[in-house]
Amino acid sequence: MFGYYFELALCSLKRNKVLTALMVLAIALGIGASMTTLTVLHVLSGDPLPDKSAKLYYPQLDPRDLSGMHPGAEPPNQVSWMDGMNLLKAGRADRQALMTGGAVAIQPAESAIDPFFEDARFTTRDFFSMFDVPFQYGHAWGKAEDDNDARLVVLSQRINDKLFGGVDSTGKTLRMGGKDFRIVGVLDSWRPTPHFYDLTTGNYSESEGVYLPLLTAIDLKFPFNGSRDCWGNGTNADMKTGLCTWMQFWVQLDTPAKASAYKQFLINYSSQQKSLGVYQREPNVRLRGLMQWLDYSKVVPSDVHLQLWLALGFLVVCLVNTVGLMLAKFLRRSGELGVRRALGASRGSVFAQLLVEAGTVGLVGGIGGLLLAVLGLWFVRMQPSDYAALAHLDLPMLAATFFLAVSATLVAGLLPAWRACVLAPAPQLKAA
Amino acid sequence: MLKMNHLSKVYRTEVVETYALRDFNIDVKEGEFVAVTGPSGSGKTTFLTIAGLLETFSGGEYHLDGIEVSQLNDNARSKIRNEKIGFIFQAFNLIPDLNVYDNIEVPLRYRGMKGAERKQRIMDSLERVGLSSRAKHYPAELSGGQQQRVAIARALAGSPRLLLADEPTGNLDTQMARGVLELIEDIHRDGATIVMVTHDPELAARAQRNVHIIDGQVVDLSEEPRFHSHPEETTQSQR
Repeated sequence: MFGYYFELALCSLKRNKVLTALMVLAIALGIGASMTTLTVLHVLSGDPLPDKSAKLYYPQLDPRDLSGMHPGAEPPNQVSWMDGMNLLKAGRADRQALMTGGAVAIQPAESAIDPFFEDARFTTRDFFSMFDVPFQYGHAWGKAEDDNDARLVVLSQRINDKLFGGVDSTGKTLRMGGKDFRIVGVLDSWRPTPHFYDLTTGNYSESEGVYLPLLTAIDLKFPFNGSRDCWGNGTNADMKTGLCTWMQFWVQLDTPAKASAYKQFLINYSSQQKSLGVYQREPNVRLRGLMQWLDYSKVVPSDVHLQLWLALGFLVVCLVNTVGLMLAKFLRRSGELGVRRALGASRGSVFAQLLVEAGTVGLVGGIGGLLLAVLGLWFVRMQPSDYAALAHLDLPMLAATFFLAVSATLVAGLLPAWRACVLAPAPQLKAA
Repeated sequence: MLKMNHLSKVYRTEVVETYALRDFNIDVKEGEFVAVTGPSGSGKTTFLTIAGLLETFSGGEYHLDGIEVSQLNDNARSKIRNEKIGFIFQAFNLIPDLNVYDNIEVPLRYRGMKGAERKQRIMDSLERVGLSSRAKHYPAELSGGQQQRVAIARALAGSPRLLLADEPTGNLDTQMARGVLELIEDIHRDGATIVMVTHDPELAARAQRNVHIIDGQVVDLSEEPRFHSHPEETTQSQR
């Protein structure tokens, strides 16, 4: 019967074009606004590494002195050079990477391209395998190169396209900061969203253009990007101490048991540091999973949440209007519905017929809403925020648009359909 | 086929109770053609809507084709309406947005009939009422007589055992009315039971039996079948 009801729905939509247009417009406006904000939220709050995030953890330690201490305080969001190196050398995780953001001056061999500054990531090698970073050419540097000040670099696809026209550049030399570096790898397209591994350089910033071994970059004193927090005698001039936090340390722990063990290791490490007089505070550690870390860091801007609530409120207003319009449309057809009842339609049949009609209105409204959402997202992309460029409708959100449109309209159609189907048929037949 | 015992229908408001039918008794045998007459407001249409399971009743018993219907739920009542009862209304009650073919198809759709069988039945019933060429026309494109013939075709397509007609010629001129009545008689000859509410003495005279309703009760219930009554005499006797 669904096919029959759908035919009747299409016939009914054509019957009163103005009323139909008003209903479709109401649904389209509500869905357009909701899907615009929902898509932005979806993009901003998505899992940057869906296949891996459950195994990735962000350890936090508390090496600060006692000034400003209060119970329950969260440890710093980054680790110090000393702690980072200690944890890295301990090697207790399945994989681990210590890193920081930076900037390098690139001096292209090609004279047509002027020297330019590029964001860089100074990191240890597990960064690539731990975050499933895809390679177009070559590979990451080896463990030995992590430790021996190797002049190696991995380029992003964007920089390889810019400097080498997209061809395989591995083995070639790139001059950066006055030093020559051998290219060992070129990444494929890669932009995790959010920029989870270092939120200090922007929650939704683009991935860096070049990747260098951490020790090499530090020894060459390449400029650092990000935030730092120092206490006591810690200064920005000497960050290779335990008195400033400015680095990110990530670990991969393949099982929950390993995660528990690692957390205990962090506690033991903190206790040991305190007993050595390096730490002043009692052990205060956290080991958040990737998604927990993003939640804790409140990565999604609060105005996005506010916009979503406003848009959903607007959708409700649109739906209330649709309920009124649908009620008018259905009750106006009480004569026809009475005839159908007389000819053998049960209340349930009439109810189903009218709900299919409501769903059809929702479907058409969903198409309108989709167009408005595409327009709305175009406006978002015109805004000067670091996430603006990400606001695109993907396949799941496309499906969600129609699901939301149809389901919302079905909900709106429940009352009108019920009111129409419980009308006694006999009086309607007299009036028909 | 249709038997009501001490049936009553009361419309209640906060201050008043109005009896549309009171201690109403009728027994229509299978294959009978009964005309129901009575003044306006006497309860004829209420009787017909209750008979057609379009309205519930307040008290008494109603057996339709041997089934006591008072305890049936909406689905069961709808199924009986769909499979056993055909309706013909004074105002035709065709669905204006559907063409002739689709109008006739409505009860067959609710019966869950396959497309090929639906088509066969629709074309057969259209041929029977002489409107085969009008299948794609919309009700607004037809005369009143043609619309009523479509309504009859719609009832015919379902092969009902009971045909309920409410003033079927009330909106038609004499010539069209005659054609419609002949169709109804045709259906009766094929074995259907006909209950027809009418004001028209000429029509009533064509029925086998007349039932007269006054103030919601059957009066002067003639037990004698009148197969060959003369319309003129009946008309005069009514004057």
